[in-house]
Amino acid sequence: MVLVVASIIFSFFNENFLTPSNFSLILQQVAIVGAVAAGQTLIILTAGIDLSCGAIAVFSSMTMAKLVQGTPGEGEPVGIAVWLAFPAGLLVGMLGGAINGFLVTKVKLPPFIVTLGTFNVFLALTLTLTKGTVPSIEMDPFLLTLGHYVNIGPFRVTTGVLFMFAMYMVLAFVLRYTSWGRHVYAVGDDIDAARLAGISVNRVLMSVYIVAGLTFALAAWIVIGRVTVASPNTGGDLNLDAITAVVIGGTSLFGGRGTIFGSLIGAIIVGVFRNGLTLAGVDLYYQLMAIGLLIIFAVSVDQWIRKARK
Amino acid sequence: MDQKGTQMSKSPILQAVGLTKSYGRVIALDGSDLELFPGEVLAVVGDNGAGKSTMIKCLSGAEIPDEGQIILDGQQMSFKRPNDGRHAGIETVYQTLAVAPALDIASNLFLGREMRKKGPLGSILRMTDNSGMRKAAKEHIAALGIGTIQNITQAVETLSGGQRQAVAVARAAAFGQKLIILDEPTAALGVRESRQVLKLIESLRDRGMPVILISHNMPQVFEVADRIQVQRLGKRAAVVTPKSHTMNDVVAIMTGAMTVDKKDQALTSVR
Repeated sequence: MVLVVASIIFSFFNENFLTPSNFSLILQQVAIVGAVAAGQTLIILTAGIDLSCGAIAVFSSMTMAKLVQGTPGEGEPVGIAVWLAFPAGLLVGMLGGAINGFLVTKVKLPPFIVTLGTFNVFLALTLTLTKGTVPSIEMDPFLLTLGHYVNIGPFRVTTGVLFMFAMYMVLAFVLRYTSWGRHVYAVGDDIDAARLAGISVNRVLMSVYIVAGLTFALAAWIVIGRVTVASPNTGGDLNLDAITAVVIGGTSLFGGRGTIFGSLIGAIIVGVFRNGLTLAGVDLYYQLMAIGLLIIFAVSVDQWIRKARK
Repeated sequence: MDQKGTQMSKSPILQAVGLTKSYGRVIALDGSDLELFPGEVLAVVGDNGAGKSTMIKCLSGAEIPDEGQIILDGQQMSFKRPNDGRHAGIETVYQTLAVAPALDIASNLFLGREMRKKGPLGSILRMTDNSGMRKAAKEHIAALGIGTIQNITQAVETLSGGQRQAVAVARAAAFGQKLIILDEPTAALGVRESRQVLKLIESLRDRGMPVILISHNMPQVFEVADRIQVQRLGKRAAVVTPKSHTMNDVVAIMTGAMTVDKKDQALTSVR
């Protein structure tokens, strides 16, 4: 609804807004945030939150890039084969998720605290790895796969966009049609009821954080495709943008309620707002303000719905 | 006591012998016994700290007794994890309305025990049979005569407290093969809602399902129970029937104001 209304309003301000090429552009801009938001949704559905998602994504992308590139400066740079570097990057993402999951389930810390900590840790690791520089490198063609353009009708999008859509399809299926998916909802909805129903709550939580870590690492793949280098700065805003997308998409921060496609819509709404406001000639600062108000509006609606149900 | 001895031939479906459990220096259960016979409602009453909850936790596998035996259908059980009792066919309904509010009725009924689709969709993709679960949930709800629930895809939070507890009871009834334990099922409910749950207990008994009912509420206990086991200080103080004793008697036994002859402490099946 919001999406449609916003689109119509923006089209009044700029006739270029409702063109396929502009929408293609929005989708490309949304692909990375959308992919991270997919994993974030899983975590928020369990009444958790992951503030480290962007940091994990960037760290994964740096791992992939650095491994392929090798370490320059000390003689001949020795990169390792991409078929090793790519899985290593994914593994790093899953490992990051596993660390979060371990701290949440075993050490029993609140997810907010855990991921606030790991956010800084992964950021520091990334900066250590790059020594603060942006390595401009000739990236391996496989790592750039998701940067290729494809034409679908009048739309011209990157393979990264399609890949993100595919991620949503898979996760939506899993959430709707597997026991695991139901357990994710149940754990977020009422953790005691879930435990009493015989669900091994910790295993579900752990798996959620690991799967989310994997989606962050896959988002990293899209990042590399889009910006063609792996930059430590890419993921700075990724954390909050992803959470914004999930919240605007209607997933409750209290867990148990929401849909994965809502987050996709949420990510697109944010993209549409950014793009539409830019085309309408709105100052960047006011754009930020608009997104901020959008978040507050979305959470208010969520609260209101919860109260109305009770 | 006149019923005693007339139906001694029945053997218990569940038997607990000398259950003992202590937490540190607190002895919650001090060699307590329990027998549950086929097709009966056994109420367990007792003051706070009399060992009701601990006994139930031992029977359902939530706690491991320090000593004593649990014999289910003639087989000795050794529960180690909360799910062990469940796997053995003992289902427990808790007072705290242990349902997930945002999930629908069907999802709650099958929570933790989802049905898979037949064929490769189920075995390889591990796809759940959502429509099958809905259909089965409808049947289970109907079988218990819970007519007030109309839409099986309703979120549980839209139901009244009594209906929610009915969903929990229906879940227990759907999966409980041997017996169902209800731990203070009406404690969180109003009068009318309690009535619904009591009706459910009766319909469970009518279907031949043995029930252990833990309750504080004497009128409710006297309404539905076939036998009443009175716990006192971690031991079984007496087993009476609503016919043989009055509520005042039971309260007197609970508080120790009245003692029951040793041989009357183990009244067997009256049904």
